[in-house]
Amino acid sequence: MNAEQLKIEDLAVRFRLGAGELLVLDHISFTVAEGERLMLLGPSGCGKSTLLKAIAGFQPASAGAIRLEGRVVSEPGPDRFVVFQEFDQLFPWKTVRANVADAVRLTRGLSRSEAARRAESVLAMVGLEAYGDFYPHTLSGGMKQRVAIARAWAIEPIILLMDEPFAALDAITRATLQQETVNIWHRARRTLIFVTHSIDEAMFLGQRIVIMGSRPGRIVEIIDNPYVDTRDKPESAALRQRIRDLLTSSAAREAAA
Amino acid sequence: MNAAEASGEPGRTARAAHSELWRVAARKLVIAAIFFGGWEVAVRVSGVSPILIPSVEGVFGSFFRGIADLSLIYSTWATVQNLLIAMLVGLAIAVALNIGAFLSSWGREALQTVAAALNPLPAIALLPVAFLWFGASTTSLLFVLVNSVVWAMALNIFTGFSTVPRTIRFVGRNMGLRGLALFRHVYVPAALPYIYTGIKISWAFGWRTVIAAELVFGATASAGGGLGWRIFIDRYNLDTEGTFAGLLTIILIGLAVDSLFRLVERRTIQKWGMAEH
Repeated sequence: MNAEQLKIEDLAVRFRLGAGELLVLDHISFTVAEGERLMLLGPSGCGKSTLLKAIAGFQPASAGAIRLEGRVVSEPGPDRFVVFQEFDQLFPWKTVRANVADAVRLTRGLSRSEAARRAESVLAMVGLEAYGDFYPHTLSGGMKQRVAIARAWAIEPIILLMDEPFAALDAITRATLQQETVNIWHRARRTLIFVTHSIDEAMFLGQRIVIMGSRPGRIVEIIDNPYVDTRDKPESAALRQRIRDLLTSSAAREAAA
Repeated sequence: MNAAEASGEPGRTARAAHSELWRVAARKLVIAAIFFGGWEVAVRVSGVSPILIPSVEGVFGSFFRGIADLSLIYSTWATVQNLLIAMLVGLAIAVALNIGAFLSSWGREALQTVAAALNPLPAIALLPVAFLWFGASTTSLLFVLVNSVVWAMALNIFTGFSTVPRTIRFVGRNMGLRGLALFRHVYVPAALPYIYTGIKISWAFGWRTVIAAELVFGATASAGGGLGWRIFIDRYNLDTEGTFAGLLTIILIGLAVDSLFRLVERRTIQKWGMAEH
C-alpha cells in the first residue's frame, strides 16, 4: 500500500480575470493513501471543484505540484477518471453497454469481447444489467449516474474522482447511490476523492474529510472520520457539530474580512 | 422512471404505431385521389385546351412513357448527379472553411461573416454572374449549385462543433483522447445532429436551385440535360403533358428524399435523443 499515492504540494491556482487575477486556491497541501476515501467538503465557491479538476489534469497549477505515484500531473488521463455532476456525461449516441465497453477499449486497449464482458460485470454491479441496450436519454438521472460510475469503475483508474455526482438527484436516490458507492468501494478499495457540500454525505462516505474555506480557497482542517459508512449514529453528533462550526466560522471570518 | 416507460409493452405500442402509420398513409392516398379526380373532371367538364392544362391521364401517360423509354430516368439522374457533385464539393469546402475556423480566430470570423452574408442570397441570383464568367457550361451550373449548398453546410458544421457540450469534451479528454482521436470519437458524433441538419438544408436549397439553373444552362450542362431542361424543352415543343410529367417527377423525387431523410433521422439522432434542437 502506497501511503502517498497522491501528493499535493503547496498548490495554488489563479484565474485570469480581465486585467487582474483571482486566487482560487492557495497553499493546498495533503497526501492521499492508496485505497483511501477522501472527501473535499466546503461551501460553494471554496474551490473544491477546481481542486478536483486540477487533480484530474483539466486545471493547470499556477504554483506547487500534484504528484500521482511520484509523477507530476500535467494533463487529463484515464488513470484519474472523473464522474461529473452533469447527467450529460454519457455519450448519447451509444447504448449504455457501448458507453462502458468502448471507454474500456479506448483507455485500456482491451479486445472487444473482453471489454464487453467487463461492461456486463460493472453494469451488474450497479444493478443495470438489464439496461445495456438502452440509450442514455431513456434513463432517469439516477440511472445515468450509475452508468457513469460503472464506466469509471470499468476503466480501473488509479484514482476515482467524483465531482458532486449526486447533487442533482432527489434525496432518496441520492442516499441509495451513496450506499452503492460504499458497497462498490468495499469490493475493490480503489482510491476515491469525492467533492461535496453536504456534511451528511461527507460523514457517510469519507474516511477523511478535508474541510475547505473560501477567498482564497484553502484547507481549514483535515478530519479523521471514525463514523464512516454509518448514518446518524448518536455519538457522531459532536463531530458533525464540529464540522459545522468549522464551516460556519470560516465563513464568518470571510464575511468580517 | 423513463426506462420503464420506454420498455413498457413494446409489442403493443409498436403495433399501435404501425396501424396508425397505415391510417395516415390511407388518408394521404384518398386526398391524392380526390385531387387527381377533381383535376380530371375539371379538365373534361371545362374543355380547357390540353396545351394549357393537360388531363391527368395524359400526364401519367407521358410520365410512364418517359420511364419506359428511359429518357425520364436519364433526365432525373442528370439532375440528381449534378446536385450530388455540388453537395460533395460544397461539403469539402465547408469542411475546409471549418478547419480554418478551428485553427485561427481570423478563420472563424471569416467563416461567420462570409457565410452569414451569402447564406440568405438565393443562389439563382448568381445565374447572370455565372453566365458571365463561365458561359452556358457545367461549370456555371456547379458554381451556382455549390453556392446554394455550401453556406448552410458550413454554418451548421461550425455550430455543431462549437456547441459540443463541455462535459462530453471533458469525458473525451479524460479518456486520454487527443487530436484526431478526440475529433473522431467525440466531436464528430456529438456534432452529428447539426451536420445532418446542414446536409438536409443543403439538399432542400440545392434541389430548388438545380431545377432553376437547368432551365437556364440546359443541355450544355450535362448530357441530354436534366429535369429542369426537360420541362423547358417540353414547354417549347408545346408538349404540356411532358412538362407536367416532369413537374410530377420533381415532386416525387422531393418526397422520396424527404422520407429518406426522415428514416435516417429516426434510426440515428432521434433514437439517440439528440434531435431536440
